[in-house]
Amino acid sequence: MISFTQVHKRYPGGYEALKGVSFDIAEGEMVFLTGHSGAGKSTLLKLIAAIERPNSGSVLVNNQNVGALGGGALPYLRRNLGIIFQDHKLLFDRSVFDNVLLPLQICGFDHRESGKRVRAALDKVGLLKREKTNPIALSGGEQQRLCIARAIVNRPAILLADEPTGNLDAAYAQEIMTIFKSFHQVGVTLLISTHDESVLRDGDVRRLVLREGELQP
Amino acid sequence: MRHAIAQHLGVLRAALRRMFASKLGGLLNILVIGIALSLPAGMYALLQNAQGLVAQLSGTPQISLFLAMDAQADDIDALRKQLAAHSAIHGAEFVARDRALEQLKQSTGMADLIGGLEKNPLPDAFIVSPRQNNAQSLDVLRGELAQLPKVEVVQLDSDWAYKLEALLKFGRLAVLILAGLLSLALVAVTFNTIRLQILTQRDEIEVSRLIGATDGFIRRPFLYFGAMQGLLGGIMAWSIVTASLLLLNRPLGELSQLYASQFVLHPLSFGDSLSLLLFSLYLGWLGAWLSVARHLSQIEPR
Repeated sequence: MISFTQVHKRYPGGYEALKGVSFDIAEGEMVFLTGHSGAGKSTLLKLIAAIERPNSGSVLVNNQNVGALGGGALPYLRRNLGIIFQDHKLLFDRSVFDNVLLPLQICGFDHRESGKRVRAALDKVGLLKREKTNPIALSGGEQQRLCIARAIVNRPAILLADEPTGNLDAAYAQEIMTIFKSFHQVGVTLLISTHDESVLRDGDVRRLVLREGELQP
Repeated sequence: MRHAIAQHLGVLRAALRRMFASKLGGLLNILVIGIALSLPAGMYALLQNAQGLVAQLSGTPQISLFLAMDAQADDIDALRKQLAAHSAIHGAEFVARDRALEQLKQSTGMADLIGGLEKNPLPDAFIVSPRQNNAQSLDVLRGELAQLPKVEVVQLDSDWAYKLEALLKFGRLAVLILAGLLSLALVAVTFNTIRLQILTQRDEIEVSRLIGATDGFIRRPFLYFGAMQGLLGGIMAWSIVTASLLLLNRPLGELSQLYASQFVLHPLSFGDSLSLLLFSLYLGWLGAWLSVARHLSQIEPR
């Protein structure tokens, strides 16, 4: 589903974020990406969504070479991805409901169908009762869950999460991990970056460990 | 298909909502565009009216030949033959001096004044209809007619009409220049409005890009906004012009009555009105398009 081959990423200024990273993630796998901050976790996720491009090597998503994708094809790649951003990127000029509606508007969904889907997604993250609220009135954990609802409303095959439990206390973090596991059970491919070792304690999960831009064996 | 149309209508509704969300700002923009466009449109309407007047008055140019006061019947007969034989002349009508005086009495209401005259001051005259009515051949003909014996004065009736025509040509050019400049202003106003909108919606644009919005999807609401603003400005301009012409018609009516004529200003024709609206819509769209092309590429997700 996701395949990196000898990927190098150097930022302007010479900083090398990724040095020869190679790995494969199969369809339906749930993988954690760990490492200290600055190890290149965010860069790796950005390469998958083509927010950044690799300097060399290839990034394949769904057998498409993302690094070589033209600007016109980019939106259609991103519609297959659900992305949960570290800084949420919620829009505070509209309600919780409208925030989740945005991906469906972009894909051109039918009005009535999208209403149902938005409510289903909000229900899944436990925010159905807050649909008319402005997201600015939500707590950190609720904003994070709203961001998840927006990422899954489109029913993407791949879910990318960048530090989804970053600033949350243990109970909230566990709650969010539970939500991710439920997606894993229905066959979604997940790649979750975190520096929070506590969420990894239970269960037998695959881990990719980054250190200074290189994958640890 | 119906679904796609519904989507476009949704975007259009959102654009209109956004325009009226900032009531005063939106209205002021429309007013500025309306006033800017009403200047050339109003001048154009006045020119069209003057044009109609000229066409009405100079439809068939005629040349009046006034004969010398001592011209005798023989002279008139000779002249009549000469005129009839002339290749550039379609026809010539003789107006005897007595008949001319009679006409003058009837048409101008100066019967008292004329009745007081000791003798008829008017000369005999021929009214010549030329075959061709372009300014050059008329000039040549006038020169030839002036050489004929016993002809005192040759007057080209449509002389002033040609002068007015030249003046109108000048006016049309002025309107064109004014329209060009103010169209540029309209494009600039829209360009700036859209630029500010893009800046305030930076977050929305960035997020939309990240979750798979095409450039077309992001551009559409701005283009619709620009086009709508242009169209509403055009409607405003049309209203200003129409209201002004109607307002001017009353005093103009009184004025023209004093000159014993009937002259009314006609409002913009249907075709001209439609052109005005479509043109302003297009200019708004163009301004938005330029602004979007310039500013959207600067917003790349990080």
